[in-house]
Amino acid sequence: MRAPASTLDVARIRADFPVLAQTVRGKPLVYLDNAATSQKPRQVIEAMSRVFEEHNANIHRGVYEFSERTTAAFEEARSKVARLVNAPSEREVIFVRNATEGVNLVAYAWGRDNLKRGDRIVTTVLEHHSDFVPWQQLAAEVGAEIAVVDIDGEGRLRRDQMSAELCKGAKLLALTHTSNGLGTVNPVREIAAEAHAAGATVVIDAAQAVPHTPVDVQDLQADFLVFSGHKMLAPPGSGVVWGRAALLEKMRPFLYGGDMISRVSVAMTEWNELPWKFEAGTSSYVDAIGLGAAVDYLCAVGIEKIHEHELALVGYLLPRLSEIPGVTVYGPRTLDDRVGVVSFNIEGIHPHDVATIFDREGVCVRAGHHCNQPLMTRLGVPATTRASFYLYNTTEECDALTRAVHAAKKVFGV
Amino acid sequence: MYRDYILDHYKNPRNSGELPGATHTYHDSNPLCGDELTMQLRISDGHVDDVRFSGKGCAISQASASILTEEVKGKSLDEVKRIDREHVLANLGIPISPARIKCALLGLKALKGAAWGLTAWPGEEVKAK
Repeated sequence: MRAPASTLDVARIRADFPVLAQTVRGKPLVYLDNAATSQKPRQVIEAMSRVFEEHNANIHRGVYEFSERTTAAFEEARSKVARLVNAPSEREVIFVRNATEGVNLVAYAWGRDNLKRGDRIVTTVLEHHSDFVPWQQLAAEVGAEIAVVDIDGEGRLRRDQMSAELCKGAKLLALTHTSNGLGTVNPVREIAAEAHAAGATVVIDAAQAVPHTPVDVQDLQADFLVFSGHKMLAPPGSGVVWGRAALLEKMRPFLYGGDMISRVSVAMTEWNELPWKFEAGTSSYVDAIGLGAAVDYLCAVGIEKIHEHELALVGYLLPRLSEIPGVTVYGPRTLDDRVGVVSFNIEGIHPHDVATIFDREGVCVRAGHHCNQPLMTRLGVPATTRASFYLYNTTEECDALTRAVHAAKKVFGV
Repeated sequence: MYRDYILDHYKNPRNSGELPGATHTYHDSNPLCGDELTMQLRISDGHVDDVRFSGKGCAISQASASILTEEVKGKSLDEVKRIDREHVLANLGIPISPARIKCALLGLKALKGAAWGLTAWPGEEVKAK
């Protein structure tokens, strides 16, 4: 396995993240749960504090300077997000709380009017519950069918099965760009092209992709693409739905209320223009502004460089972890088409016990089903232990992880 | 947290397996961890004649259930019904973090379900089809 060399100045990056200087039970914090949420750099924290301390006011409402300044910062964040994913227009970028709300927006506002009895939804066993449960429930409601495409032994999507399912006809493809459980990156562009040929609308869950790899909605030929800000250095409460304007314009709103209207009378209401038609109520504007600052930070470092850095860490960790007796690693064994997620189990120790012992060593990992229960069932395990990297992680932290594996084995005598 | 007796109960669970002639059985699970636990009682003359549990899961859930079975054997059904969480946590004798409380109490939950002759825990009827 040849890992690309990292070109990041990690020491300098780490200095931007106050929390990384913390200790846990007297040991340095080793934060390896980035697929769950990322830590926040000073630049994001300060951008948000500046709003509160210098010009906080509700957006799109006040005709005074503070409101105008806050509105400008909010809309500037939208522009930054649009540039990040190469959206053709800022009108297509809708701020929501997180990827889950994004999928629900599409399921309610597009799905309910476009899916009917007998229609087919094609999805995969790799989906996070956020991109599975909304479609499962919608299918039950309207009487649509769901086809779930399987993976191979390395956690890669069965392309033959995907093609076969799409060939049978599909109204919707709900596909994760990158698996949060295994780190697999799917060939989204290829599959989206097949889906469109089959007449399907393509919804991409990019929650694990946008933080770690360059994502271009036009290149991928997606119709909708959702992601969360909190996994990419931004605060929780910031999330994005990108959708094609032609689709968004035809859709009914998701939530009704303030700000999403252009005119209301007692008898009827006209909707606001895109994107505000989908942003009812006072939005989490400070979180969105934080997301804008996070995009600036990630772009200044370079997303491609971050991806290479994470692959270098996987290349370092995988052989060291795999050679430990009793350790089973799930997911891709090579560095092709993957991100910095490493899922594993230690024979004879439940993942929750693993994570508890790791915690004593200062190592934070996720243990459980990762909101991936269909995937866990497919793997034949109740849960896994998952380490996931970001731009501030180091090979020394990989060593801390393998030391913690040995510590857990020692405690359990396995 | 992983004291020797906890690990001993995990690796060598007491009263483990299927109970022949069980009069009271309750199965419960903790979907967050994937812990599964079945508690079986054989009650005669209002007393726990025998008890067994079976399951799979983390060391905390399995050891806690194992310790509990040792305690209830021979007790009256009323005494079993009165066992509370504080008692179980004290008996475990290790600090349990908030995230692991459900693991530590899964055995008690299954035991109570069995002792009260429940088919489903109140409020969880949908889950237990």
